[in-house]
Amino acid sequence: MDLILPDYGLLFWTALVFCLLLFLLAKFAWKPILNAVNAREQKIHEALELADKTRAEMLLLQAENEKILKEARAERDAIMNDAKQTAVEMVESAKNKAKVEANKIVESAKATIASEKDAAIRDLKNQLAGFSLDIAEKIVRTELSTDAKQKELAEKLADDINMN
Amino acid sequence: MTFAKLFTQVVFTLFLVLIPSMFSAQKAPSLVSKQTTAVDSVEDEFDVNEMIMHHVKDAHEWHLWGSEHEGVSIHLPVILYDNGFVVFNASHFYHGLHVVEKDAKTGEKLSYLVGEGPAEGYALFHEKIYRLSDGKLHFEEGHPHNAMPLDLSITKNVTSLFIGAFLIILIMFSMARFYKKNGAVAPKGIAKFLEPLVVLVQDDIAKANIGEHKYKRYVPYLLTAFFFILLNNLLGMVPILPGGANLTGNISVTLFLALFTLLITVFSGNKNYWRHIFATPGVPIPILIIMVPIEIIGIFTKPIALMIRLFANVTAGHIIILALISLIFINKSVAWSALSVPMALFISILELLVAFLQAYLFTMLSALFIGAAVEEAHH
Repeated sequence: MDLILPDYGLLFWTALVFCLLLFLLAKFAWKPILNAVNAREQKIHEALELADKTRAEMLLLQAENEKILKEARAERDAIMNDAKQTAVEMVESAKNKAKVEANKIVESAKATIASEKDAAIRDLKNQLAGFSLDIAEKIVRTELSTDAKQKELAEKLADDINMN
Repeated sequence: MTFAKLFTQVVFTLFLVLIPSMFSAQKAPSLVSKQTTAVDSVEDEFDVNEMIMHHVKDAHEWHLWGSEHEGVSIHLPVILYDNGFVVFNASHFYHGLHVVEKDAKTGEKLSYLVGEGPAEGYALFHEKIYRLSDGKLHFEEGHPHNAMPLDLSITKNVTSLFIGAFLIILIMFSMARFYKKNGAVAPKGIAKFLEPLVVLVQDDIAKANIGEHKYKRYVPYLLTAFFFILLNNLLGMVPILPGGANLTGNISVTLFLALFTLLITVFSGNKNYWRHIFATPGVPIPILIIMVPIEIIGIFTKPIALMIRLFANVTAGHIIILALISLIFINKSVAWSALSVPMALFISILELLVAFLQAYLFTMLSALFIGAAVEEAHH
């Protein structure tokens, strides 16, 4: 029975030791330990929160980057298309221009050739007339170089007229 | 003192009636005593019941090795308050006269030690100190009727209490030093091992049961109680010095711890708590007449359950291990150790679990009771 009856001596010592223990531990052990543990917990909590925030920000940034990149790509494509079109247009217009120019050149060459030919023909005609006159003169001179010939010609001419 | 006596008597009457868990501790010794009756017929036979009770109960000596009378033991100081303090060493009992009497009615053998020198006038019977009258103890139904001086001795349990407190201070101060030196960093060494327990008490026991806003005040008590019970439970399992005392399996120790929880509960109780006891909302007055006494008893049964749970679990564990080891001596054959040692080992491992579990349970339930006392009315 005395197993389950309290012993006042032990009760007294337990009370004394436990209260002392509670006081000493609360002041010199639990306080620094709990402060450190809770401070660390707070630190970890904050760090995790910061990490989450950073991750969200990064995601946002990434999305923005993607958007910018997409826009840039689109712009580039537009510019490229533009340039291509311009180039095609330029080539086309250059071709047309060249054709017109060539035609013009051909035309003018043709005109020149024609005028040259005319000039050459005219020159040739003039020269031919000169030659003909010279020849005629020479022939006339020869025909009338002697009196006999002059008389013969005159007679001949007179004959011609008489016959008429 | 009379109040304390009255209180303890009320407490014990209540728990004998109310708490069935008590029987787990009561069954074990009765089971053992059945076996001993068969052995008792032979004179000077190995008495299992006495051996177990001797190990489970407090003593004025710390037995180290050897047999009871020729072995080596440390005799502890005796402090008596008997119209003034009387201090002497318990060796004055153990080296004193050994009186053996036979009970006139039952024929039971009663042996006690009569003190000599400074211990003169006192006798030691079953490790309790009695004042001699007419130079002897007067027995009635196996119990001495002599007066008992107030015994404030440094007994085996008190010594164990000092050792336990010293170890807790050593461990916790070194842990605190680590944090003071290193700040809020990841724990190392002893701090790494104990921090989960500290956090368990703070978060899962105090915060979870008392509530976010009020738990902080009670954390030092809960932490101290948890580590006090845990360390002393573990010390109790060590069979040699500095362990071996059955401190947390002593009703005085668990009584004090439960009393502390009761006092905290009563003094922290808010208006809401007392209203639920004396005027439970929504209960008609005729029923209140029945309810109020029940509620008042309820205030006390909670800490009493705490007291008995810890005492019974720890003591029962010690008794089972001792009983299993006793099998060898009852049967007087070393061959029995093939059975009793593995079984004792198994129970020892179970007791390790119980050491943690009981520390956790005591603290958790204390927090729960405190939590109920400080809970705000929620409408």
